[in-house]
Amino acid sequence: MKQIFALLSGLLFGFGLIVSGMSDPAKVLNFLDLFGAWDPSLAFVMGGAILVTTPGFAWLTRSRSRPFFDREFRIPTRSDLDPKLLTGAAIFGIGWGLGGFCPGPALTALPIAATGTLIFVPFMLTGMWLARHAGDLTRSNPKGTTR
Amino acid sequence: METEFTPWLSLFGGMMIGAAAVLLMATNGRIAGISGLTSRIFARSTDGEARGVSALFVLGLLLAAPLWLIVSGEWPQQWVPSSPVLMAVAGLLVGFGAVFGNGCTSGHGVCGISRGSMRSIVATATFMTTAFLTVLVVRHMFGG
Repeated sequence: MKQIFALLSGLLFGFGLIVSGMSDPAKVLNFLDLFGAWDPSLAFVMGGAILVTTPGFAWLTRSRSRPFFDREFRIPTRSDLDPKLLTGAAIFGIGWGLGGFCPGPALTALPIAATGTLIFVPFMLTGMWLARHAGDLTRSNPKGTTR
Repeated sequence: METEFTPWLSLFGGMMIGAAAVLLMATNGRIAGISGLTSRIFARSTDGEARGVSALFVLGLLLAAPLWLIVSGEWPQQWVPSSPVLMAVAGLLVGFGAVFGNGCTSGHGVCGISRGSMRSIVATATFMTTAFLTVLVVRHMFGG
């Protein structure tokens, strides 16, 4: 059952990206271009999403001790600001500003098969792989599993 | 390339994204962070169960545009930068940075902020700043 809902969540997320216009890098780049033909749409997308997730997450964690089809809520508990977080975010932002794609929209747009997307996605996956395994080397228990 | 400001569609689409994140948390207890879920598919350290659920979520993302095509008769409108070198570098930076910094627009920007996580708020402010600066440099200093 939880597998079906994982698939449905991904599908709904993808439709949300398409409806909101975020699968179009032109809209994202125009949001990031404050001194050009500025398109504020992205702020409305994040606003709309947070408007739902804030009460949604709060209600879930308050009213239930575990998810409907799984053992536990896996919610990050860290609160320290480490150099890795800041470096990663800064690097991510540069790539986002160059291509206009972040991971969700890039994967959603992949089947449309624009040349730029077909180049972007394999390099994105390579970058993810590198970061995952660079992290493993510095972690104290390299054989520990990530849930 | 000019784009049309779409406040209502973007707000509604954003709410769909939020609903998807709540649905995944309600059923699977997982944060709908795309970089986390995607990288978990091929990370050596992932257990089989997490791998399966992550792969199915990503499969759902990949099916959205084709289903959109079937229902509406056309692909979603888009314009994608076509410079191969630019897109290769952008892809590498996005993938590496998102996983290295534990999240992207969805995990930090939406899920983290709505939980009031200080790490996510700082990460989002950081990647927004470097993204704004990158576009400023590319479009207005090099006239890209």
